[in-house]
Order: sequence, then structure tokens, then C-alpha cells
Amino acid sequence: MNIKELYQEIILEHGKNPRNLRKTDNFNKDAKGYNPLCGDSVHVYLKLDEKKKVEDASFEGSGCAISMASASIMTDLVKDKDTKEVKEIINDFLGMIKENPELKSKILKDEEKTKLMCLSGVKQYPMRVKCATLSWHTLISAIDNSHEEINTEKLY
Amino acid sequence: MNFSNIKKEFPIFNNKNLIYLDSANSSQKPQSVIDRINDFYSNEFSNVGRSIHALSIAATNNYENTRVSVQKYINAKDKDEIVFTKGATEAINLVANTFGQKYLKEGDEILLTELEHHSNYVPWHYLRNLKGVKIEFAEVNNDGEVTVESIEKKISSKTKMISVTHLSNVTGAILPIKEITELAHSKGIPILIDGCQGAPHLKLDMRDLDCDFYTISCHKMYGPTGLGILYAKKKWLEELPPYQGGGGMIKEVKKDSVSYGDLPNKYEAGTMATAQIVAFDQSIKFLEKIGMNNVIQHEKELMDYGQEILRKNNSVKLVGNPKEKGAVLSFTIEGVHPHDIATILDEDGVAIRAGHHCCQILHEKLGMAASARASLGIYNTKEDLNQLNSSINKCKKIFNLK
Repeated sequence: MNIKELYQEIILEHGKNPRNLRKTDNFNKDAKGYNPLCGDSVHVYLKLDEKKKVEDASFEGSGCAISMASASIMTDLVKDKDTKEVKEIINDFLGMIKENPELKSKILKDEEKTKLMCLSGVKQYPMRVKCATLSWHTLISAIDNSHEEINTEKLY
Repeated sequence: MNFSNIKKEFPIFNNKNLIYLDSANSSQKPQSVIDRINDFYSNEFSNVGRSIHALSIAATNNYENTRVSVQKYINAKDKDEIVFTKGATEAINLVANTFGQKYLKEGDEILLTELEHHSNYVPWHYLRNLKGVKIEFAEVNNDGEVTVESIEKKISSKTKMISVTHLSNVTGAILPIKEITELAHSKGIPILIDGCQGAPHLKLDMRDLDCDFYTISCHKMYGPTGLGILYAKKKWLEELPPYQGGGGMIKEVKKDSVSYGDLPNKYEAGTMATAQIVAFDQSIKFLEKIGMNNVIQHEKELMDYGQEILRKNNSVKLVGNPKEKGAVLSFTIEGVHPHDIATILDEDGVAIRAGHHCCQILHEKLGMAASARASLGIYNTKEDLNQLNSSINKCKKIFNLK
């Protein structure tokens, strides 16, 4: 186990300068997520067009490098994909963090897979898995319109 | 007093790589406490107070013996002023619940401080809905302290209880609890001191302090988990109603009436944490053997040293700068979230806590979501603090900080 595998350059860079850390104008989907153990919170915003394609994705919130980087990479990645594709990517990502050695989805390009795999270091750190997955669970809630605040303590 | 050998009394430090700096969360246990639990279950176990057989009588004597040890340790007037609970949390809930039931009505005020741990806020919060009670918070200043003046400012004719921490688990501020108690009593208001952080690090003298209630968390005091102590002046324990009903706390039970037992049984319903209570006597003996003056001296030296090296470390900022400070070093590193700090330090075997430490109100006031906290126990050394500092440097390096 090497701490450098967890804190790869790309994570540190996204953690420091998160992409899409803002509120989408005229968003039509959103959801909040919260980790009561550490107080980290995230609010995910989506703007879908009439064909349910993601025109814009953004987030607001605060948290550790892992959670900020994860939300940053996620919001970058889902743009221009329709909600069905987004769901597939989410499941693939959560499956990888949970147990799968690699990402399987054919929707993801190789470079996108490489970027997401940078977050795979958390698998060695059970206490930090929630940091990496909070924004992804929140994204599901936004797409499903469930208006349910994601609470990491109720997920597993 | 030679503190360099004290780690040897704690078997967990047989793991030489462990740098344990999380004692404000829970302390490690000396061998004598662990052995006592084992011995008691292996050779002496029986429930207490209920049977006539010899085993039960011996267990009851051991159980009551700890009560007397605690009484002497905190210099309480009477052993009946010592109530065992499942934790300090339950001790505060006991007071809030029974005091609220009997004495509080709509519009009455409870005065807390912004330093309080959630366990000295949430039990009082329940009384908002139940009784329409208001909760006031004495302000913390920029140094992370609460002064007598800030308490006085929030006292009104409706204040019915003051409940404050002895030692902040975040800023380390030691509150002037004797002066606060005098102030409270001069206005005819009872006072509870949350001693979770105070009891392991400071000398306690209930007769001198004169507070109405004092709560102790035994697992933070080199003792077993699942055990807390409520000290309360006898008149309160006599006046307040029982907290939980059940076996052991009654005098006579009939179909149409129940009368309650004498102190302290009135507040100890059901089977208590017998083995833990018996073993806690060893925790007190352990602290007495070292001597609280020595503990205080040792921890002060460590705190002075820890503050000095962390202050010199660029980008590290200590949380709070109280004049009187106990064994807590909370800090932040600019640009690194406390959870990332804790994960990186853990890689070096340095165990600290990161988060809001059950003090969200304080963190909000200080304008931070979370902080990292290194907290000390009697087993810590300057080498531990050097390792903390060098692991912090490693953390800065990973995050490309200077």
C-alpha cells in the first residue's frame, strides 16, 4: 500500500482546482449529499436537454482532496452523455470502487478510464471510499429526481 | 517521575510503530486494567447486589469499592454522590432529563457555551420540544476560550441551568470553572461541568469546586468503555426523579404503586457494567500511582513542546490559542483537508482524529468545516511529537506545500 497511489498528481490537481465547482444556470436536476461522519457536503446540478443529454453538470460543496477530485472528474465526464449512459458509467465506477479490478463500460474512452482509475487508490482505504463515492451517489439521486438527500451512512 | 517507561505498561505499544495521538477520543488501557477485567470474569464473576451467595457478596464489595475510590479521587463528600452510568453522555442525559422533568417550563433558559461537545448540547436540545425551553450559548473568543464575562453576559432571570465543559476537546481551553460555579451560585443557578476532557488531565476536587454536577468518561481516563460517572450533590440526587426504571432501583413494587430505592441505587437500574466498574478501580490506582501533579507536569511539557514545533512549521495553524490549555493540539494545514492529513499520517502509524470532533457549532463559529487533532495522554513523548511533525511535513510534500 502506497500513499502516493491514493494521492496521484491528477487527484491533487483536481482537488486543488476542481472543474465545474459552480452552480449551473437554469439547471433542471439537482440533489444534495452529505457525509455526517466528516461533515463533507456536495450539491450536484444538471442541465438536461430535451433528449435527456447532459448539457452541463456542476457541483458546489467542500471536502477533502479525494471528494473534490472525484466530483470534479465526474462532472467533466458526464457532459454530452445521455442519462442512460451516465447511469451505466456510475454503476461501472461504483462497481470498480467496490470490487471490480477495472472499468468495463464501453461508453468510456480509454483516457476517461485512465482518469477514473486514478481514484481506485481508495480501495485500499475503506474509510475513504465514501469520500470518492458521495458525489456519484448524489448524481444518481439528481437523475432519478428522488429529491432524497444522500447520506453516506445509509448507503451500505 | 520517569515517564519514558510508561508506554511499557500499555500492551498496545508493543507495536512499536504506533504513535497514538487520539487520547481525547479514547485513551489506551494499561495492563492492570485489562488484567482486572480478565480476572474478574475468570475467577470472581457474579451479578452484584442481588444474591446471598459468597461470589455475589464479593462482587458487590468490589463494585462498591470502586465507588469509594472514585469518591476519594474526586474528593466528593459522600459515596452516594457517585452514580455509575454507561458513559458521560448518559450522565448528561440523566441530568437534563430528570432536571427538565421536574423543574423546567416554557421560556426557561439553559446556558451552554459554543465550545460544547454534542453530548452537552443534544440532551438539552430535547427539552426545547418537550418543554419549550430556550438554549443560550456563551460566546467563544478568538483564542478559543470562554470567559467568565461571556458566561455572565448570557445569564438572565430565566436561566435555570448552566452546563459547560471543563476542557475543550477542540481548542484545549481550560475553563475557569470555579469562578463560573461561583457566578452561577451567586445567581442561584445550578451548574453541570462536562468533565470528559478535564478528568483525565486535571486534579479534581468536588468539595472545593462546589459544582452541582460533574460528568466523567471512564474510557478517556485509562479505563474501560461502556462506563461513565455522574457526580451530583446529594440533595439533587434525592430531589430529582429516577431516570430509568427497572430492577435494582426500587424499594417496593405493587400493582398500583412503586417506591424507589435509596441512593445510589435509585439511578442504577438494571445490571450495570459490572466488570468495567470493578476494573476502573485499577485506572484510578494507576493515575494515583503516577500522581496527578506529575501527569499535569508531563503533559504541560509536551504541550509546550508540541505548540512550539507546530508553530514553527509553515502552513500549519493551531486552532485556538487559550492561555490555559489542556492536552489537545488541533490544527489545520492550509490547502490540505483534515481527512487527507489523517490518512497520510496514518500511513506512518500516527493516529490522530480529523473532522468536527462532535463540535459542529464551534467549527462553524471558527469558520472551518473540520480540523485535525492530535491529543495527548500520559504515554506520549517528545519523540511522538517529532514524528507528528515529520509526518505533517510528508503530508505537505505530497500536496506540494512549503
